[in-house]
Amino acid sequence: MLRYSLKRLLSLGVSLLAASAVIFLAIEVVPGDPASYMLGINAQPDTIAALRAELGLNVSAFERYITWVTGMLTGDFGISYTYRTPVVDMIGDRILISLPLAIYALTLSTLIAFPAGILAASKRGSATDVSIMGATQLGVAIPNFWFAMLLVVFFAINLRWFSAGGFPGWDKGFFVSMKALTLPAIALALPQASILARVMRSALIDTMNEDFIRTARAKGLTKRQALWRHALRNAMIPVLTIIGLQFSFLMAGAIIIENVFFLPGLGRLVFQSISQRDLIVVESVVMLLVFAVVVVTFIVDIAYAAVDPRLRGRS
Amino acid sequence: MKHLSIKLAMASALAITAGMASAETKDITIGMQLEPPHLDPTGAAAGAIDSVVYANIFEGLTRFDASGAILPALAESWTISDDGLTYTFSLRAGVKFHDGTSMDSEDVKFSLDRARAEESTNAQKALFTGIDTVEAVDATTVRITLSAPNGAFLFNLAWGDAVIVAPESIDNAKTNPIGTGPFVFTNWVQGDNITITKNADYWGTPAKLDSATFKFISDPVAAFAAVMAEDVDAFPGYPAPENLPQFEADPRFQVLVGSTEGETILAINNKLPPFDDVKVREAVAHAIDRQAIIDGAMFGLGTPIGTHFAPHNPDYVDLTAQSAYDPELSKSLLAEAGYPDGFTTTLKLPPPSYARRGGEIIAAQLREVGINVEISNLEWAQWLEQVFRGYDFGLTIVSHTEPMDIGIYARPDYYFQYDSAVFQALMVGLNAATDADDRTEILQAAQRMIADDYVNGYLFQLASTTVANANIVGLWQNAPTQATDLTAVYWND
Repeated sequence: MLRYSLKRLLSLGVSLLAASAVIFLAIEVVPGDPASYMLGINAQPDTIAALRAELGLNVSAFERYITWVTGMLTGDFGISYTYRTPVVDMIGDRILISLPLAIYALTLSTLIAFPAGILAASKRGSATDVSIMGATQLGVAIPNFWFAMLLVVFFAINLRWFSAGGFPGWDKGFFVSMKALTLPAIALALPQASILARVMRSALIDTMNEDFIRTARAKGLTKRQALWRHALRNAMIPVLTIIGLQFSFLMAGAIIIENVFFLPGLGRLVFQSISQRDLIVVESVVMLLVFAVVVVTFIVDIAYAAVDPRLRGRS
Repeated sequence: MKHLSIKLAMASALAITAGMASAETKDITIGMQLEPPHLDPTGAAAGAIDSVVYANIFEGLTRFDASGAILPALAESWTISDDGLTYTFSLRAGVKFHDGTSMDSEDVKFSLDRARAEESTNAQKALFTGIDTVEAVDATTVRITLSAPNGAFLFNLAWGDAVIVAPESIDNAKTNPIGTGPFVFTNWVQGDNITITKNADYWGTPAKLDSATFKFISDPVAAFAAVMAEDVDAFPGYPAPENLPQFEADPRFQVLVGSTEGETILAINNKLPPFDDVKVREAVAHAIDRQAIIDGAMFGLGTPIGTHFAPHNPDYVDLTAQSAYDPELSKSLLAEAGYPDGFTTTLKLPPPSYARRGGEIIAAQLREVGINVEISNLEWAQWLEQVFRGYDFGLTIVSHTEPMDIGIYARPDYYFQYDSAVFQALMVGLNAATDADDRTEILQAAQRMIADDYVNGYLFQLASTTVANANIVGLWQNAPTQATDLTAVYWND
């Protein structure tokens, strides 16, 4: 188990280094000068030159890359061109919204998907199964931003149970903040839950057809006991993979939902920084998201090993 | 006993809430589409900065009012020497910055010297280049000497880029702005909102509101939802004009439609053939149907213009007839210029919807007369690089939102590259003129000249749309400068 974990950690480090190089190169190629953007069309050339010097844009790309990577290893992500505040503070503020939102959405998603998937698999072929599958079909097909807008119109404008968006801040209280994240989390969770339910169902059905289940049934277990005690564990591997992918998506891909609910999250930050040519912020946030994805993959790999003893002890 | 105490508690709770409800609302939540990058108006071009701080947190020697007139602000009065070169300002006494330090002539000297310094990053440095010296005569008197007379000097001092700052607090001005205005900066939740509260020690008429929160909502649909759900009380610069009829019909809201200083133009690269021929430019002008663009791209909001000047300005000359919609005339002019079968050129469009939507309509109108355009949609940073600095375009659509900016036509290296010695001489004359009638005469001549030369296709003046709660009084209807002036705003309930 230890060797397995160490090997995974090493590949994690290599992936991160390669990613940092790719990200930096990709962003260097993008045309557009941050200083021009910040000063607008009436600025004089000497003003722009002064700002470029102030921002440190006149050093070579290689120097900037080295400064950036070594800075990241010590926790210093640089200073944002546009906002002139440390990037790590900005990311810190935004993560406090994106991370809880992702966890909240993922929790809702699994809470909906697991019972639905298990129910559909155990009652396979029945009316329950068909209706659950129909619902998931709908859930997969509906675009999440459209669903989000529907939620806003119904719950915020008509019923006034929630505000139309925005985030009051964690200092205003845990429940107030979670309430603000509820509609966005539901909008994000529904399509993910639909996908997860379908995966859960098909994984369970596949597992239920395996020989060892037949042995369990022959032993005298009921179908339900065989499902809960034996099949579920084995069906978890594809489900865990999907959950890992979903978490990565929820962290990085919630930008549209963040826009609809005007939440100041990481997705919004990257989007604004790209149009403002705030390259430092873009590079750092992308790097952070890559790190999050790689870490989640690593955790899922460890979880595989925990769930499936065949993966441990490869000595 | 238990019943009685519960009833008593409920009754007192009711009484308290009833009492609260009858108290006047003193807070306001303002929706804004763009978040400012920071809060120093003297350090960047972003209008969003001025939207938060102009007149609320920072003040200059002079200021704009709702109609665009210049009023005294930190300067109580002034005298101008006969040769127009020396301005002596008499500052108000007893004005304090929000950190308690006093505002005096040293601060004025500091602010103006900082703006015109060589390493200054002021986006409107041109406003200050005419200044020769700034002298702090005594604590409340400042003498400014210009190198040449400038009739627009008082106007320039009213801009957000010319506000008075203090050397003690300037280093943190981007994140903690310290000004002299009726509101004090309180808090900024990055990405979400900025809060300002009433300045109890303000030198002038105190604000009627206790606090104001600016919330940033960029998505037009989210803006609509926020206003409808009454999460925001007012939204100046409301980004979804298609919803305006719904707000107009709803008694909870008021809709203010006014004018701005934004001349939206179809800019033509005057040095790029075939646009270097005035006949071709005239052909382009006559191919444009302004009303179709206003109706199709701007939901009917906007005033047609015939030259680069704001129609609400008293010196405006209506020259729209000179470039009236006449496709037949366009075709004959093109034939005369040697392009009977038309030609192909590029149309580069920045992100705003007036450009993207308007561009499609204009492309269709130009195609009618034989001019084929290749549309490229660019982001602002790309537009600045390709069009503005690289001169790599045939046509583009952009809105110039600085007030009184007809002077850009005197700069031959400005992106549309109009180089007319006669016009440049006219602008020199304008700068020297301080008498109002002289200025009017020159401004009108200038408008006629750029219309006669068909420098650009003049489309329309951007409208300013504000949606607000019907009980709010005092919001600006027009936008003579980028600002959300809350100094005289209050709730009428």
